[in-house]
Amino acid sequence: MKLYTRRRIVNGIALTLSVAATIFALFWLGWLLWTLTSRGIQWIDLAMFTERTPGPGDSGGLANAIVGSLMLTGIGVAVDTPIGIMAGTYLAEYSAGSRLATSVRFVNDILLSAPSIVLGVFIYELVVLRSGHFSGWAGGLALALIVVPIVVRTTEDILRLVPASLREAAAALGAPYWRVIVSVVYRSARVGMLTGVLLAIARISGETAPLLFTALNNQFWSLNMGQPMANLPVVIFQYAMGPYEDWHHLAWGGALLITFSILLLSIIVRVLGRSSNPGT
Amino acid sequence: MAYAYGADDAKRGKGADASQSGTAEAPETARTHAVTLPERGERKEPAESRKPGISVRDLNFYYGKYQALFNISFDIPERRVTAFIGPSGCGKSTLLRTFNRMYDLYPRQQATGEVMIDDRNVLARGQDLNLLRSQVGMVFQKPTPFPMSIYDNIAFGVRLYEKIRRADLDDRIEWALRKAALWDEVKDKLNQSGTQLSGGQQQRLCIARAVAVKPRVLLLDEPASALDPISTYKIETLVHELREDYTVVVVTHNMQQAARLSDHTAFMYLGELIEFADTASIFTNPAKQQTEDYITGRYG
Repeated sequence: MKLYTRRRIVNGIALTLSVAATIFALFWLGWLLWTLTSRGIQWIDLAMFTERTPGPGDSGGLANAIVGSLMLTGIGVAVDTPIGIMAGTYLAEYSAGSRLATSVRFVNDILLSAPSIVLGVFIYELVVLRSGHFSGWAGGLALALIVVPIVVRTTEDILRLVPASLREAAAALGAPYWRVIVSVVYRSARVGMLTGVLLAIARISGETAPLLFTALNNQFWSLNMGQPMANLPVVIFQYAMGPYEDWHHLAWGGALLITFSILLLSIIVRVLGRSSNPGT
Repeated sequence: MAYAYGADDAKRGKGADASQSGTAEAPETARTHAVTLPERGERKEPAESRKPGISVRDLNFYYGKYQALFNISFDIPERRVTAFIGPSGCGKSTLLRTFNRMYDLYPRQQATGEVMIDDRNVLARGQDLNLLRSQVGMVFQKPTPFPMSIYDNIAFGVRLYEKIRRADLDDRIEWALRKAALWDEVKDKLNQSGTQLSGGQQQRLCIARAVAVKPRVLLLDEPASALDPISTYKIETLVHELREDYTVVVVTHNMQQAARLSDHTAFMYLGELIEFADTASIFTNPAKQQTEDYITGRYG
């Protein structure tokens, strides 16, 4: 009886602490979202999506930054998804026990936690200095560099969740191993792999530091990847720091837009993840 | 002893009859199935007179440095059901997995010796393993439906090695599903995912999938151990019919199952083949003490 009472007390304390911790975390998140919404929502209008970023004292929108962000993210994902998935496939399917795989995995983990500003400086050195100017290509590459390790990691993890019995079953029918992977393993893991890519998009769509060194910014309409390119994070950074009221408004609106886009993406990931489990 | 199993089996068969009104053909097969058992000994030709389906010579198998099989030599007769029995870890499944070189998927597993199927040594270097596996089908302990439609589950293997017209493929799929006694249950939902079937149906789907590519040999690794008695019964009936066309090898933990299903039985213990003979003599008059101890349950 005494033991039981003690357990109940301990249970009560642990439960209280963990609920408190959860509320603490949610409080800051809620505050952030509330501030963002209350200060940003009134500045979201049609002009924000149709007009380009204004100079000092002008009025305008974020259209070029939105399009620029989409393009940069698009380049990043287009470059990294095939690389990441192939590397992840190698690690999960072909590398069993090889030393190369162990080192690739190790380096990948380092890359995974490398500060994004370092990757930005790296691309600055590699592309921007050599070509002599900032460019959308450099920005896309910097983002790709951030995303590759994420996709490699999630792909490997997800593929490992596919039971070996499924691979054996496909191989037992006489399927060559690449066929086993493409037709059976990928099919079984596709939701997880897609989730990895979507999470990667969410991660890079808010990256600012690497873009400062690479795509920089562009006040004008430009779809030329060879030129500096406008993008939401850097515009928000610049306008939030600027001295003009109009800029601040746009920064709030842009911040709200980008946050909720990422939120939406995460919700999509959740819904997808719930609708099917890998391996079954 | 075997007659005791037989009687038990007959009862079991009738029980299944009564409880099962789903498939029309089941009662018929159940009766023949149960009745054929006692007279099997007389009906059968001696193993030597048939061409071996699989001929194993001096087979040793290693997981890394650990040796799992020791000098195994015997001939598995063609178009017969052969059962491997023995306690867990005795190497039954390992032996089975050398026949289609499944172990090749994993590094550090290797086999020495000979496994002859159709006059070629499947263990030799330079074998086309994919081609081999298309001729030596395998069904696993746990059902492994692919995450695709029932139709595609079966079409997958067929399309690998045959250029086949859609109409012919449809026929083949119906044929395979009928063979696996699954057609009536799934004919209206061929586009549904194979993973949504029940466990017993999934396993029969896997058998249909293996049968559809028309292999010469069919390896079944404890095909019914994860299933309920009715599904088990259906699968046993099926295996019994498959022997008309295929050399069937079944690994099983269940001795009654081995007695019911197989024409020949191999008893294995600690990686060695202790005894191999026709099923009736293994279960009535085993030559080795170890075999007798095992089948009478003295191995705990």
